[in-house]
Amino acid sequence: MSLFVSAIGQGLLWAVLGVGLFLTFRILDFADMTVEGTFPLGAATAVAAISNGMNPMLATLLAFGIGAIAGLITGLLYTKGHIPILLAGILVMTACYSVNLRIMGRANVSLLGKSTLFKNHFLASLPQYFDSVFLGTLVMVVITGLVIYFLQTQLGQGFIATGDNQTMARSLGINTDNMKIMGLMVSNGLIAFGGALVAQNNGYADVNMGIGIIVIALASIIIGEVAFGDLTLNQRLVAVTLGSILYRFVLLIVLKLGFSANDLNLLSSIILALCMMLPVFKKTLNFKHILKRGLDTND
Amino acid sequence: MTKPLLELKNVVLKVNRNTPEEIMILDHLNLTINNGDFITVLGSNGAGKSTLFNAIGGDLSIDSGQILLNGKDISHESVEKRTRFLARVFQDPKLGTAPRMNVAENLLLAERRGQRRTLAPRHLNKQLDRYKELTATMHNGLDDRLTTATGNLSGGQRQALSFLMATLKRPEILLLDEHTAALDPQTSQDLMHLTNERVQEEQLTCLMITHHLEDALTYGNRLIVLHHGKVTFDVAGAEKQALTTEKLYSFFAEIE
Repeated sequence: MSLFVSAIGQGLLWAVLGVGLFLTFRILDFADMTVEGTFPLGAATAVAAISNGMNPMLATLLAFGIGAIAGLITGLLYTKGHIPILLAGILVMTACYSVNLRIMGRANVSLLGKSTLFKNHFLASLPQYFDSVFLGTLVMVVITGLVIYFLQTQLGQGFIATGDNQTMARSLGINTDNMKIMGLMVSNGLIAFGGALVAQNNGYADVNMGIGIIVIALASIIIGEVAFGDLTLNQRLVAVTLGSILYRFVLLIVLKLGFSANDLNLLSSIILALCMMLPVFKKTLNFKHILKRGLDTND
Repeated sequence: MTKPLLELKNVVLKVNRNTPEEIMILDHLNLTINNGDFITVLGSNGAGKSTLFNAIGGDLSIDSGQILLNGKDISHESVEKRTRFLARVFQDPKLGTAPRMNVAENLLLAERRGQRRTLAPRHLNKQLDRYKELTATMHNGLDDRLTTATGNLSGGQRQALSFLMATLKRPEILLLDEHTAALDPQTSQDLMHLTNERVQEEQLTCLMITHHLEDALTYGNRLIVLHHGKVTFDVAGAEKQALTTEKLYSFFAEIE
């Protein structure tokens, strides 16, 4: 039972990454590798700030801001520097590794004995693992709500149009460069925010904790889509969180089968690859339709 | 009616600048477009018709010369800024609409062409009745498909929607780049009629590239021919009405 609750809690905390990546991968329609650097960047920022006595809440928000700056750099390299997005992301991701070491001073920093978001009186009074379930739910409700609201605004519609048809967006006066930069900033801000949450939950930040992040974030998006089928844009954003929880259950089962935690990245990649190949396997079913379906929304 | 709206003065536009393959696409081109002009643009492939549109739209920057709107130099304004006065319909139906957004969402986007987009809610539902009436004027079933993603529409419906989007917020200048060329003959003719109707009704200033000599003669009050990056032929009014396809053919034979 406790493993079950733990998986839900982890799924909720990691779901932030899925929503962050959704903005670039599904809406702007490109894969942003920066996230592999911004996740540990957020963790490093929060851990360093907390170690220096900053309030955990502020430290987590600071992580969002620093992550957004990393996204800004990727965005500028991509839009103004005309570097292909994949390479721009890899450049910033690589640079982040050094930055993270600078921020932390060493490869691994513990939060032992320090205050974290999870050590506030209310959360600490909950049964084991329910702290992450509570905080994760709260965070996901707020973030998903904000993203859904944003996508229904005039600006949000311009943002969607940019990813959908750039030529049209420009011909309607939408500054597509600014939209891409904004998307990368918010996306990486959210990923860093997720990094800060996970580091506080784990009790440490590690410079290597970013490896495989994009696969985990993509897994929540794809599993959500495959599991829940034909959805509107708003529903798909909610499905990301559910997909993230399902992904944790899958990992739980895999570990129960006797695989070690060291195998997780291999298994994650296999799970994601299988999910993404479902359309090829099941052409006769309507999986393809689900994955490629429209971004239509309801008010 | 005869006030100059857009003036192109000695516009030069080159591609492959500073390389051995440098080509001058627009060669000291001069063109004055008056308020209310409906100009059909003819010219062989490579004459510079699309480049002219891209120069006006800002997609390509000009090497020398000036582009003036109501006397104000806009030669260096960005594409986004120029959309405040300019709307375009492209030849490819795929270019004019956002495929994963539905018809109503596309219209809403177009209604704010060139305006600031804020964090205010979009209020799509309030517009639906109005959009239904509007799309019904297209007589092609668009009004029943307001919530359909435009990627699932036929080419004709998409192109009619693109045209509607371009004129929804009245542009000072409308650029139509062979916007009926990718459609079947009947659909193409329907859209052409509709275009003419709308341009007359709203008294739009419009440039239309076409390879249909008949269309170029039938529609508009003025006809220009582009050749090697220059306007080589420019007739308006009664002179244009007196023109026939035979005369145009012999003119083309002459300049080639």
